[in-house]
Amino acid sequence: MNRLWWALAAMVIGLSLLATGLYLAGYDPGIALAALFSGAFGSWHAFTSATLVRAVPLILIGLGIAIAFRGGSFNIGGEGQFYAGAIAATWIGLHLAHVPSALAIPLLLAGSAIAGAAWIAIPVWLKLRFGVIEVISTLLLNFVAESLVSLLVQGPLQEPSRVYPQSDTIPDPARLPLLGDSRLHAGFFLALLVGLLLWYLFHFTLWGFRLRAVGAGPRAAEISGRVDPQRVGAMALFCSGALAGLAGGVEISGVSYALFQNLSPGYGFTGIAVALLGGLDPAGVVLSGVLIGALEAGAGAMQRDAGVPAVAVFVVEAAIIVVTLLATTPKGGWMNARVIRRIRPAMRKASG
Amino acid sequence: MPPLLELLGIRKRFGSVEALRGADFTLASGEVHALLGENGAGKSTLMHIAYGMVLPDAGSVRLNGDDRTNWSPRQARNLGLGMVHQHFTSIPALTVAENIALAAGWAGHPRQLCRKAESLSQKLGLPLDADQRAGRLPVALKQRLEIVKALAADARILLLDEPTAVLAPPEADELLQVVRRFAEAGGSAVLITHKLDEALRLADRVTVLRQGAVTHSGTVIDETASSLARAMIGSAPDTVEPARSRSPAAPGAGPVLVRMEALELSRESGYGIAVRHGSLRIHGGEIVGIAAVEGNGQRELLRAIAGRILPLRGRLEVTGPIGFIPEDRTSEGLIPELSLTENVTLGLDREAPWIRPGYVNWRVARARTSELLQQYGIVADGPAARAGSLSGGNQQKLIVARELSRNPAVLVAENPTRGLDIGAAAAIRCRISAAAEAGAAVLVYSSDLDEVLQLSHRTVVVCRGVLSEVPATATRDEIGRMMLQERAR
Repeated sequence: MNRLWWALAAMVIGLSLLATGLYLAGYDPGIALAALFSGAFGSWHAFTSATLVRAVPLILIGLGIAIAFRGGSFNIGGEGQFYAGAIAATWIGLHLAHVPSALAIPLLLAGSAIAGAAWIAIPVWLKLRFGVIEVISTLLLNFVAESLVSLLVQGPLQEPSRVYPQSDTIPDPARLPLLGDSRLHAGFFLALLVGLLLWYLFHFTLWGFRLRAVGAGPRAAEISGRVDPQRVGAMALFCSGALAGLAGGVEISGVSYALFQNLSPGYGFTGIAVALLGGLDPAGVVLSGVLIGALEAGAGAMQRDAGVPAVAVFVVEAAIIVVTLLATTPKGGWMNARVIRRIRPAMRKASG
Repeated sequence: MPPLLELLGIRKRFGSVEALRGADFTLASGEVHALLGENGAGKSTLMHIAYGMVLPDAGSVRLNGDDRTNWSPRQARNLGLGMVHQHFTSIPALTVAENIALAAGWAGHPRQLCRKAESLSQKLGLPLDADQRAGRLPVALKQRLEIVKALAADARILLLDEPTAVLAPPEADELLQVVRRFAEAGGSAVLITHKLDEALRLADRVTVLRQGAVTHSGTVIDETASSLARAMIGSAPDTVEPARSRSPAAPGAGPVLVRMEALELSRESGYGIAVRHGSLRIHGGEIVGIAAVEGNGQRELLRAIAGRILPLRGRLEVTGPIGFIPEDRTSEGLIPELSLTENVTLGLDREAPWIRPGYVNWRVARARTSELLQQYGIVADGPAARAGSLSGGNQQKLIVARELSRNPAVLVAENPTRGLDIGAAAAIRCRISAAAEAGAAVLVYSSDLDEVLQLSHRTVVVCRGVLSEVPATATRDEIGRMMLQERAR
């Protein structure tokens, strides 16, 4: 409950900062904020087609990040895994024109999750084999994935006319069903389902308990719990990559229907913020995913209706994260102790 | 002339716990002053206040009569105080020489620092390999490094927080002699300890703390172990009588539960052999004590039998379930961040029916934890309390409770009473003896030789990786010589 109040306070502080900044820059903050709000929550259509559609990849990636962080590992490569999933989904989707939806969609989504896991397999292998810390390797593979996308959409996956740097659109059977006449696709319910599943896994299964134990005390988990921390850590990273890959697949199959450069406006990084804001708890991550999704959706409307650059909402996002981190900080510290505790093992490893 | 260091009416409260309630302490020039007390009596807190690490809620700190109540450790160091902490404060990635240079503020060429560090440690009678990385040192040498660091900074007053807790008797003696020499050369030292014999042997004066207040202060000459023990815990301690005298018939009575033949183990650090050609059998109902000086392979031996490390070669058959009490409570035995219930659950998944892969029944887990808390007299704020909020003794009791709750056929305990007060240590020893009486094969190592002798039916010395059975007639001194045998050569 306390956390919820803080989240609200963070929201208010962030929005006040934005309003002040807009006022100083010569915009009318009233009009801008009204546009922001109505773009996100103003109508059923805005809420479903803009906010929730934006929230889906954030929730999926955020849940994945939460798994890794809870297990004491770091996945900063959500962006890369998202693209790996999107590439796989596009490739699979393009080959499924004559397959019924009931088969095509599961195939496509499974393929994208596997691709995400495969993309993170490289950092996992580097970590287990050579002790390379995953913070660096997952981050760097983002750039590789982005370049791979740009190579593919100008080469093997480019649309038949060879004019635009994008893939052909995937056929109807490979597309996720939409809710009514909105743009909200079934991926949203999939994200909720994954959140629910993870909530159960974290709190009620041995797997989740071991994951948390390894994250909180890897040595004790090994000696007293007879758990192999490396294995659990690797597992967490694979799941994390799979969820980010799934987010890429859902984006292709539910929103864009085609692969192109800059498909993700930084979902992989915003996902980290979503996970932290949600307190690394599945329910919290779903809520914070919707909240950040709303901000990003509202930003578009703000640009359209008030002429304010959409990037201005990053101010709000950043303020929310800073306030949330401060809120959970013990007296005297300035950074979230939980985050520090989770980062510390990686630092220790880095120092040999 | 005012006393050298004076603490007057010190009060300190941490949350709901009153750590110190008006404690007075004075240190005279040139004396060794033992500060005795049970765990949680406030000994460390009092010295942290003297050293400027913790600010008192009330009271004052004076050095040579000048008020220093709000000073910082840096100022304390500059004015000649040195503290040897209970937890190691060396930087593992730096060499011994670099650690010493850092503490003493030396600068210069690495080779020069190395020579300087080596000659200093030789001069102090605490030899160290200056090139070695601090993280690679065995515990006893890490402790030695801590003391060398404090002395290297030209401390005139040395505050030692349980410096012998991790040392074998000969090493502890060596260290205490260093403290003695330091005092004879004009220095003054405070020795925080809960070992009565140390206080009696070494100190000039003694102050006893109990529940944050001073219950006794005076010269050591007038004291006996039992008078000090009374001041510490209020009444004479109930100790376990030596197992050897109690049940001479026990060995061989039960089935063989640990059978180890020609076992070879590599060192935990990965370099070299820890145990060579070791053979050992332990019967049910028997307590085998391991006597060894730190770093002689006993750690690997215990962990191999507990199933935590794999042998290089040889035969090892251990009947399960195995209970294991690791040496390091807060990093290996428990996860301080998690609740007591979660810590009890940790590692029980192979036996407990309420833990299934797909569903952990936390309600049963909580009830089970509450039972254990009551059964073992663990003082805690219920099963949902964080393990980190418990005192050391209660943490150790929780680990023992967890490991014994699985009814182990074999129990392996590493330094099970390390750093505990008399009462808690006796309780732990009782539990270990009881487990053997219930039919378990017990293997216990303690850096306190007396504890090994007191607990075990027979004793095995591990020296340089070689196991040798101690004859039943051996005296304490003979065992001590066996422990050091190969070192002397």
